[in-house]
Amino acid sequence: MIQLHNVYAGYSGRNVIHDISLTLQPGKVTVIIGPNGCGKSTLLKTITGILPLSDGQLLFNGVSSAALSPTQTARQVAYLPQSRRVPDISVLSLVLHGRFPYLSYPRRYQPEDRDIARRALDWVGLKELEKKNVKELSGGMQQGVYLAMALAQDTNTILMDEPTTFLDIAHQLHTMELARRLAAEGKAVVMVLHDLSLALRTADTLAVMEQGRLLCIGTPDELFAGGMLTDVFGVQVQRILSDDGWHYVCSALR
Amino acid sequence: MKANNPSVRVAAVAALCMLAAAASLCLGSVHLSPAQLWEALQTGADSTAGRILWFSRIPRTAACLLAGGALAVSGAVIQNVLANEMASPGIIGVNAGAALAVTICCALGAFSGWLIASAAFFGAAAAVLLVAITAQKLGASRTTVILGGVAVNSCLTAASEAISILFPDAGMQAADFRIGGFSAVAHTRLIPAGVLILLALLLLMTLSSELDVMALGEDTARSLGLSVKKMRTLFLGLAALLAGAAVSFAGLLGFVGLIVPHIARKFAGTESRPLLPFCALSGAALVTVCDLLSRLLFAPYEIPVGILLSFMGGPFFLYLLLRRKGGHA
Repeated sequence: MIQLHNVYAGYSGRNVIHDISLTLQPGKVTVIIGPNGCGKSTLLKTITGILPLSDGQLLFNGVSSAALSPTQTARQVAYLPQSRRVPDISVLSLVLHGRFPYLSYPRRYQPEDRDIARRALDWVGLKELEKKNVKELSGGMQQGVYLAMALAQDTNTILMDEPTTFLDIAHQLHTMELARRLAAEGKAVVMVLHDLSLALRTADTLAVMEQGRLLCIGTPDELFAGGMLTDVFGVQVQRILSDDGWHYVCSALR
Repeated sequence: MKANNPSVRVAAVAALCMLAAAASLCLGSVHLSPAQLWEALQTGADSTAGRILWFSRIPRTAACLLAGGALAVSGAVIQNVLANEMASPGIIGVNAGAALAVTICCALGAFSGWLIASAAFFGAAAAVLLVAITAQKLGASRTTVILGGVAVNSCLTAASEAISILFPDAGMQAADFRIGGFSAVAHTRLIPAGVLILLALLLLMTLSSELDVMALGEDTARSLGLSVKKMRTLFLGLAALLAGAAVSFAGLLGFVGLIVPHIARKFAGTESRPLLPFCALSGAALVTVCDLLSRLLFAPYEIPVGILLSFMGGPFFLYLLLRRKGGHA
């Protein structure tokens, strides 16, 4: 379990996130939402160890992040950044890189690493693509392959920064379904999403950020009922009950 | 085994490299038959053929192989780390940094092989770090990195020229050095540089996974546990060592570090484990064949190999520019 206590972090000595306290629960999907530039991506990068803490505490199963090497951190938390290079390599080779934190010098992938990578590809439903070049795949499939790489990393927590950007609606819904399945397997899944309706529908817990601070945390029901979303996003949120649960609709304030 | 297997292709280019080396040993202003070559290898420098082989052809061929392999791998590493397919040690000023350091050494009267190889390394390292740090600090685009490198290249070359004019003893060697060539390769310079090149190549071959993870981008690499800053510095240092060591005895051989990685990726793919040996072998083969042509085309006159490489490299660079403009790169 990952816990943040009064965390401050940012770039070049300037804090972007302030006083964040948050627990990432195993088996839950936590969605971080907030206006552009409020520090959502910075928060994920801080949890991953890409950005250093300027103050506060980040604990991995009770152990301070400062006591962990980059490799040890990479065995605790996987991260899918928002913008990624698309490498000119095979799908299996990319997924295999998820095993990188488990290898020691000179890092050579072993047969068991290949088995784990193939299982991860199978899990996301892309097993038949293992020999394809990543560059030849659609955006949705590339997203799936990167998710398989994160799975091969075999961590308890997976962070995804805007995983639905540039995806068509079918692939957006598929990505959300995969996130829910990961949580069902006991992983803590944390996503930054821009689509408020998608976030409300997918999240177990919503964390709302504004100007680098955590404004509130709660279930979609709680935040909907509290009217907080209208204050932060300046939109009207309504919900409709369907066979598969609540659907949320956002519209401009009148 | 299938012909599209990268290992098969590496083996094929290794065979090509050996053929080029054998041709380089046999052919020149005096041709040696395979039988004469074999005999001279056995008997040493007692005969005329033996003296030609041991004092001229072997050092020259070894120099071609080492310089070609080193510059090609240096280019592949720099392109990977800077995420820029237009980068190469010749273009971003790494070779020019090494050349300036060697010129300063000559101006100061320091001609020891180890000293010159070390100075070339530090000159190359200073240039590559200057370009890399500027790129990182400014968040520079790929084009800006190249333009910055060209500016660094230009300043360093101007400094070398100025020293060559002010210190004629250093300038004596400057003309050959600027063009690049192997007509006067000396053991004293070749052996120290060769040792450094082989050590750097061996170390790089063991770091292929790190290089591939770095190619995924800084954030992904760090999330996989790679210490990106440390590894970037190490890789650029090794690339500078390779280019600097090659420049210390071969002069400014342009374009090898640009052309070869591109060709190698076509045949061996972009994964470093097959790519680096493929680059080393194909760079070695290319420079050896070009050097052979430079000896044979206008025999008994010899044109420096650097001229031939520039004739090939210039159009290739233009081709890359056009390809990028077409949006295919």
